[in-house]
Amino acid sequence: MLRGGLSVGALSLLTGCDLSDHDSVQRVLARFSAWNDRVQAALFSQRRLAPTFPDAMAVKDFRYNAWYGADKAPRLDPADYRLVLAGRIANKKPWSVDELHALPQVSQVTRHVCVEGWSMIGKWSGTPLHTFLERIGADATARYVGFECADGYYEGIDMPTALHPQTLMAFRLSDEILPTKYGYPFKIRIPTKLGFKNPKFVTTIYVTDQQPRGYWTDRGYNWFSGI
Amino acid sequence: MTALRDEQRHPLARRIAHWVMALSILVMIGSGWRIYNASPIFPFIFPDWATLGGDVEASLARHGDPGVASAIAWHFAAMWLLVASYLLFVLWGALSGHFWRDFLPVGPKSVTRDMLAALRFRLEHRLGEYNAVQKAAYWGVLAAVALMIVSGIAIWKPVQSYPLEILFGGFPGARIVHFLGMAAIVLFLVVHVALTLIVPRTLLAMVVGRASEPRHGVSSENLR
Repeated sequence: MLRGGLSVGALSLLTGCDLSDHDSVQRVLARFSAWNDRVQAALFSQRRLAPTFPDAMAVKDFRYNAWYGADKAPRLDPADYRLVLAGRIANKKPWSVDELHALPQVSQVTRHVCVEGWSMIGKWSGTPLHTFLERIGADATARYVGFECADGYYEGIDMPTALHPQTLMAFRLSDEILPTKYGYPFKIRIPTKLGFKNPKFVTTIYVTDQQPRGYWTDRGYNWFSGI
Repeated sequence: MTALRDEQRHPLARRIAHWVMALSILVMIGSGWRIYNASPIFPFIFPDWATLGGDVEASLARHGDPGVASAIAWHFAAMWLLVASYLLFVLWGALSGHFWRDFLPVGPKSVTRDMLAALRFRLEHRLGEYNAVQKAAYWGVLAAVALMIVSGIAIWKPVQSYPLEILFGGFPGARIVHFLGMAAIVLFLVVHVALTLIVPRTLLAMVVGRASEPRHGVSSENLR
């Protein structure tokens, strides 16, 4: 791998051009990325909490971020919304918004870090994902939890991150019911992951041993993307 | 009487570490500029042709990403090469005595003296011997790379490395420090490469391990 990296880099220099778009180069980069997945999984600890901040530091007008305009965000009607459960889960009964809101909730002020480099502190409230996973009888020995979303987005995370105490199903932002453009009825808020690993408009949660794909990881971003 | 020859030698380990470091630093800079462009912290961006990450427009057309994914993949691959070569270079330099023998002594007085001499084109160069400005620059760039590694960890893993970022005034501060460290390294590279072009034998020594030339002029020792 090291030799592959060296020769690709040397070739890049000698030809004086950018070889990023070549399949062979992408394969070498993908191997480094897979290695980085393993390093990050080893670095991760469920006892290591993301820093939290005073309420006053939470931004009220949180940055809207998606590949489509806010006016294109899907409007989910609470009357017919049902959260679908699949995979290694004992009780797969779908959940309505009211049932979700009745779950025990916590609040946390944490920092959202975008893969592009910008960061923003916000206040999210909701149910710890591990609480929900226990409630539905999810198999915690499975390796991954995946998410499908109403805007066509899809993501997935490793089980240790899913069980991390700060990983939330966030129903509220800045103490208000999550507005449409931020992912109503809920987003998965993970302060130990980059922003794009925080899916919005979640419609399906599944538990699996097969690594879920991700919208941006399919476009070349690192899968684990822990911070 | 045999003619005196100045000689410069670079053992294999130093040459390998030097070139791997050079390569990885160039990849880090090119990919870092593309990543910077995605969310600039100053009121300018780098031209796409100077950045690494593939064709911006083709990548946008293909899947809505301006090659930042590739740039990040480069950055987080080359970082391993950089850390490995940097450790090899520093450990070898410290343990072999190279650093202490060739980069010392150096101080503000000798740096000022040699800088002034260089500006008046009166600084003699002798192969295999570094003037005070060079010595200071080598210490400086070694420190800058160390700063890049530490601030880079604070940016890559702000949660796992917390509270490391506080050293830099928080996460946004770490990005600024990471940028300034890059700027210092780029400045070093410009001067370093320019001087190499003026005295190409130094490049020869760093490639094949050895270069020599007849002694000429007076050494900087005699200028004192």
